[in-house]
Amino acid sequence: DLCPSVKNILLLDSEGKRVAVKYYTDDWPTNSAKLAFEKSVFTKTQKTNARTEAEITMFENNIVIYKFVQDLHFFVTGGEDENELILSTVLQGFFDAVTLLLRNNVDKREALENLDLILLCLDEIVDGGMILETDASVIAGKVATNILDAGAPLSEQTISQALATAREHLTRSLLK
Amino acid sequence: MAQPLVKKDDDRDDEAEYSPFLGIEKGAVLQEARIFNDPQLDPRRCSQVITRLLYLLNQGESFTKIEATEVFFAVTKLFQSKDIGLRRMVYLMIKELSPSADEVIIVTSSLMRDMNSKTDMYRANAIRVLCRITDGALLTQIERYLKQAIVDKNPVVASAALVSGIHLLQTNPEIVKRWSNEVQEAVQSRAALVQFHALALLHQIRQNDRLAVSKLVTSLTRGTVRSPLAQCLLIRYASQVIKESSNMQTGDRPFYDYLEGCLRHKAEMVIFEAARAITELSGVTSRELTPAITVLQLFLSSSKPVLRFAAVRTLNKVAMTHPMAVTNCNIDMESLISDQNRSIATLAITTLLKTGNESSIDRLMKQITNFMSDIADEFKIVVVEAIRSLCLKFPLKYRSLMNFLSNILREEGGFEYKKAIVDSIVILIRDIPDAKESGLMHLCEFIEDCEFTYLSTQILHFLGIEGPKTSDPSKYIRYIYNRVILENATVRASAVSTLAKFGAMVDALKPRIFVLLRRCLFDSDDEDFALDDCYLSLHSGVRDRATLYLNTLGGDGTVVETDKDVKDFLFGSLDVPLVNLETSLKNYEPSEEPFDFSSVPREVKSQPIAEKKAPGKKPTGLGAPPPGPTAAIDAYEKLLSSIPEFSSFGKLFKSSAPVELTEAETEYAVNVVKHIFDKHVVFQYNCTNTIPEQMLENVIVIVDTSEAEEFSEVASKPLRSLPYDTPGQTFVAFEKPEGVPAVGKFSNMLRFIVKEVDPSTGEAEDDGVEDEYQLEDLEVVAADYMLKVGVSNFKNAWDSMDPDIERVDEYGLGPRESLAEAVSAVISLLGMQPCEGTESIPSNSRSHTCLLSGVYIGNVKVLVRLSFGIDAQREVAMKLAVTSDDEAVSDAIHEIVASG
Repeated sequence: DLCPSVKNILLLDSEGKRVAVKYYTDDWPTNSAKLAFEKSVFTKTQKTNARTEAEITMFENNIVIYKFVQDLHFFVTGGEDENELILSTVLQGFFDAVTLLLRNNVDKREALENLDLILLCLDEIVDGGMILETDASVIAGKVATNILDAGAPLSEQTISQALATAREHLTRSLLK
Repeated sequence: MAQPLVKKDDDRDDEAEYSPFLGIEKGAVLQEARIFNDPQLDPRRCSQVITRLLYLLNQGESFTKIEATEVFFAVTKLFQSKDIGLRRMVYLMIKELSPSADEVIIVTSSLMRDMNSKTDMYRANAIRVLCRITDGALLTQIERYLKQAIVDKNPVVASAALVSGIHLLQTNPEIVKRWSNEVQEAVQSRAALVQFHALALLHQIRQNDRLAVSKLVTSLTRGTVRSPLAQCLLIRYASQVIKESSNMQTGDRPFYDYLEGCLRHKAEMVIFEAARAITELSGVTSRELTPAITVLQLFLSSSKPVLRFAAVRTLNKVAMTHPMAVTNCNIDMESLISDQNRSIATLAITTLLKTGNESSIDRLMKQITNFMSDIADEFKIVVVEAIRSLCLKFPLKYRSLMNFLSNILREEGGFEYKKAIVDSIVILIRDIPDAKESGLMHLCEFIEDCEFTYLSTQILHFLGIEGPKTSDPSKYIRYIYNRVILENATVRASAVSTLAKFGAMVDALKPRIFVLLRRCLFDSDDEDFALDDCYLSLHSGVRDRATLYLNTLGGDGTVVETDKDVKDFLFGSLDVPLVNLETSLKNYEPSEEPFDFSSVPREVKSQPIAEKKAPGKKPTGLGAPPPGPTAAIDAYEKLLSSIPEFSSFGKLFKSSAPVELTEAETEYAVNVVKHIFDKHVVFQYNCTNTIPEQMLENVIVIVDTSEAEEFSEVASKPLRSLPYDTPGQTFVAFEKPEGVPAVGKFSNMLRFIVKEVDPSTGEAEDDGVEDEYQLEDLEVVAADYMLKVGVSNFKNAWDSMDPDIERVDEYGLGPRESLAEAVSAVISLLGMQPCEGTESIPSNSRSHTCLLSGVYIGNVKVLVRLSFGIDAQREVAMKLAVTSDDEAVSDAIHEIVASG
């Protein structure tokens, strides 16, 4: 098939442990195969500096694009023939959407406290390997809308609205 | 961190380890999920519990069937809540639980209601959930809504329906194909992602209709596709159309202008996709390549690693086929050698090695030397392999490349890396005559300080073959003897063998070698290892080897074997499968009689096809061929030698695979194994009686040899009784002219006395009736006289044969189904062992060379080189070259082919 596809999206912490992961292919059929893959990807990329620009490596016939912030490691994996820049766009969309939703406090603790947002975010980016959306503000908007304003049509969401709703949600969760 | 509000439980000790899921337990969370059943739902708490369930699943926890069902039913209750956030989590949870068909029914109506909701988010998500969990029957019910959703004015809803359509096409193509009008409308959508999803689905619906795809591509390449992702897709589709229409070589390449236009697109992903597509066009010209190379070159100096990687990876591929087109990028490429990202640096170096010309090599090697010290072994191996190819391309530059390899050989590195270097040096020594002496010297220096026993022994073995042929063999002796003094037993033993090889080949060195070998007689420690170092290890320890070689070479003044025998012994490759040898050795009981090497079965039992691997692309350096599994021949030999009538026939040469003489499911099942001896042939009929009410006695096969004139029956061994379902054997033996591969056709009649059996008691009646049963004919063919025996190095084996005995002729094989079919027919006609993987033929090849080896009756080694060609009418021609130890046998092989 000629369609661009994503094999997995991983969000790991600074020790390589799972924060949230989503696999879209049967390349790693069992949980232990998944864990082994996460471990090798983490070890292989750990020492690189992927904090300003996304970095890239080839790994077991896969392309892995990754970016780190604080104690969070973001990864997107695709097949070896995939267009690297498409995968990179997916990673950037995920990374920026998470940044918006966590209102720039992107670290493991925030991510775990708002795990529902992270999981919804993954759900809005890729569906069964097919890229659903890559624009961070749209993704964050879709995730945040769910929580706040049921009536507003999605397309009218702007980036500032998305930010505002995300912020609103966070404050409420802090106050409870 | 000023976040006082977050700290719900202030008494936690470890700030860093804090997690809202600390100490979470599946059992407890499943208990919590009971609140889903409360009449008064608390949406926020319910959302939290779902998040905790999802967290568990995400961490790899699994629910039992019962747990999953309980959670699922509880979650379905949450559709009562109007809270939109909770609903969103419910959708997520249902997808994660992947419910069974009868569970799906429970949520179908709720989801269908959401699918028709006024809220876009409900519609979009309900579609995705329902399509994920639904089956074909339900799909027809909701089809109408899905078609509407595809053209929904809300892009999120349309995308949800289109992406679901893409997934459903795999399972329910006939339904999804009915949506093509709506999908086509969605392709025109103003929303970028909708266009992308619609294009992907439309193409998948039409992919088997080439004309429709071509039309679609033509119309879209003229119009404006907004989404960069859709544009990438269109570039892929256009490339496919180009590929499929490439046989029309008239005029300009279709869609090239479109691809070239995409190089000026504003999105990098589109530019790159187009550039890559152009470089992959089949038969791309340098004029077509130029604009693509230009944009890739710009990417090389991008600040984004991903862009640099993508560009250098593509250029690396182009360099394999069009090295000249890439040379313009060399300067940018050289600056990438110091790239922080080691994948990029390695790709840059290997590209430079491919595009480099003779004059730039020295400068390049200098740059690489600095680079090598700080990359991982896996990258170093890639570089070593690239350097090897470069050296084979520019043999005049061997000096600096060989120096480079020897330098890195001395540095730190793991086994795989060192082996890659040693393999490369060995290949260069073999292929570049001028490089031999310096290469061998580098290897000698390496083993002076080599921590890997395997590499030391392999190098010593190689040195023993190549060293004596150099201008001054004496200079290697010191290095080899040092190994005898300083190394572990395994390496010492190989060093002794290598010394002996020098002694055998270089007369001038013989006296010195004798002195050294005699010293080895005082070796204190013995090696103890099994069969992995070829047959030399049969002779066990260092001392034993030294003694053996002194004997062989005549150094102790006793038996002096002929020069040829000595060389055969020292250099000949082991011509029995190691597994067979191992089995024979295990069965050998220490006795007066020495182990007879010639008693080891030499037949290679053919391996199951699944185990065979495609021949590797990389050239192999050191290493022996893999051993084949042993034959069942031992069992046959034992069986036959236990029958007095056959005990005088001598050594069993070969036993065939069983040949069926009856159809499946007949009253009596009979197959036959042909045992070939030098002067005799024995047919072993394996019979099975499949009728419970019968007992057969005095079973014998009556063989008519009227079409096998050279055979005469000498003995037979009837089977006394053949009860129901208990296989038994009867034998018939024939005499045939000694050593002659006599062929013929035998007709067989099973004769026996049949007795009724009382089914209740199982007792047979006393009286029986004589009866006969016609079996199918059996043939003894030329291949029955050929053992499948492989050789480890076909070329060496061929070169060592007497050229006068070589017989070459050409044959027309007529029209055949395919080249592969013709090759396998000839192989099975000759019954020989294919060597070096030459039995597998790349599809679509027009010609092929196949190498076969075997041992012909009378213990004559035979090598065959078959060259095949096939023309457009599928006429196959074959050139057959045979060499063997006996010209009569070479002629006989041609005879087999000529009459086959």
